[in-house]
Amino acid sequence: MKAWWAQTLAEVTMTLRRGETLLLTVAIPVILLIFFSSVRVTSTPTVHRVDFVTPGILALSVMSTSLVALSIATCFERSYGVLRRLHVTPLGRRRLVAAKMAGVGVTEILQVLIVVGVGLALGWNPHGGARTAVDAAAILALASAGFAGIGLALAGRLRAEVNLAAANGLYLILLLFSGLVIPATSLPAPIQRVATALPSGALAEGLHRLFGQGRAPTGGDWICLAAWALAAPLVAARTFSFD
Amino acid sequence: MSGEPIGSRVVSHAVEVTGLDVSFGELVAVSDATLRVDYGEVVTLLGPNGAGKTTLVETLLGFREPTAGTVRLHGRDPRRFHAEVTARTGALLQRGGVWFPMTPRQVLRLTASYYDAPRDTEELLAVLDLARCAATPWRRLSGGEQQRTLLALALVGRPRVLVLDEPTTGVDAEGRQVVRGLISDERDRGCALLVTTHELGEAERMSDRLIVMSHGRVIAQGTLDELAGEPEMIVDLGAPVDPVGLSALLGAPVTLDGPLRLRCAVAATPERVGMVTSHLATHGVEMIALRTRATLEERYLDLVAESRATR
Repeated sequence: MKAWWAQTLAEVTMTLRRGETLLLTVAIPVILLIFFSSVRVTSTPTVHRVDFVTPGILALSVMSTSLVALSIATCFERSYGVLRRLHVTPLGRRRLVAAKMAGVGVTEILQVLIVVGVGLALGWNPHGGARTAVDAAAILALASAGFAGIGLALAGRLRAEVNLAAANGLYLILLLFSGLVIPATSLPAPIQRVATALPSGALAEGLHRLFGQGRAPTGGDWICLAAWALAAPLVAARTFSFD
Repeated sequence: MSGEPIGSRVVSHAVEVTGLDVSFGELVAVSDATLRVDYGEVVTLLGPNGAGKTTLVETLLGFREPTAGTVRLHGRDPRRFHAEVTARTGALLQRGGVWFPMTPRQVLRLTASYYDAPRDTEELLAVLDLARCAATPWRRLSGGEQQRTLLALALVGRPRVLVLDEPTTGVDAEGRQVVRGLISDERDRGCALLVTTHELGEAERMSDRLIVMSHGRVIAQGTLDELAGEPEMIVDLGAPVDPVGLSALLGAPVTLDGPLRLRCAVAATPERVGMVTSHLATHGVEMIALRTRATLEERYLDLVAESRATR
């Protein structure tokens, strides 16, 4: 526990000190929130654009941190020999993966507070009360675990340069084809079906239902997010290479 | 050799490698390697680049699966019992690094938290002469400071086995003295040390036993005396001399090893030394040096050359 806690604190400190990570995890989501709330790129199912865009940007923020930032940072740790050194200590693979995921969680709490604050300042009017907030926190946490698992699975096997391209490419695909900022109903039917099976699609749908309609996420959303949250970190922990 | 109590077990050898093969596809990196290191001894692994030293060390530390044979650290398979083994083992690896923004003090404190009874981190910083740069980020440290920080990280868990892969690379003369002192201290407190190096002088000064690898095989192992081979007289000369006369005088073949060096495979008794001295004086040739055995470097180069010739 002592080792895990110390490693988690170190992960949070290092994440918050990395300028490029802060750009990806804070600045870009805020810029996208302001841009898509102000400019009509595509039609939205809500009267005010900010009511549709803010939940999507929340999902995007979690994806940026859990998947892209974590994956790239971890992969560079491997190429700089940090993971090789950790391998010969008693920290262990499971505690390292758990510390990285916890570190990501703390960063995301800060992200969510900032995005919610900016959204409210732009006139976002979310539906629901305390129950909505609890459900939203739960699906964000599940999605975060799933994205982190995917990110670590990539980082644990690929070379840093390949991973850089893979994580960003995956991010773009998940961003465009999951209804995060473009409504899923605008997408072709086959892509809509794929989107609902992706953690980003289930997260976006769940958040839109919660904040846009005041309704709970569907059973399918919960199952999809829970499955990714369980399977992806397990795959990462089993396949993660320190060398 | 004394056993080491670990829980309910008593382990005889700290490191035990038996018939180890490690292959990467068609490439055989280590072939039929057998060696051991006991608690309280320093064993140095020597060999040219590509000899398989680092592959052997990495297999020992659980990075690679043996293709055949076994490796044991504290009597345990390092891959199956990784947590148990790493809790008692410290390692300094080639290409091992630290998070760039972290300082030696921060990374040492963090690493200390992984162990149940770590060493005092401030004491380690002082011992390794890192106190002056303890608050400097990793990326701004010199090569020697980085290497000493990695050594401190290997030591912080009070290891019973230390595996040091080229510990003096990039370290200046003063730093090498610090590293040598630490190796000696760790041996004195009963730690087993397996060290790889290209520095034959360092190896000669700090090792209890030496292991020479070439082309993935262990080609020789033993103490410095054992590796040095049979007694011999090696005479460095101020000018060339015909070895035939000296051969007759000593009653054994004398060979030329270069124009200014004679070698004769007999013990350097006072009587024989006297014969050589007077023979050289008769011929007006100055004796620059007389040695009673080959240096480690000479023996090492001979062993590697023999190994290449027999392939």
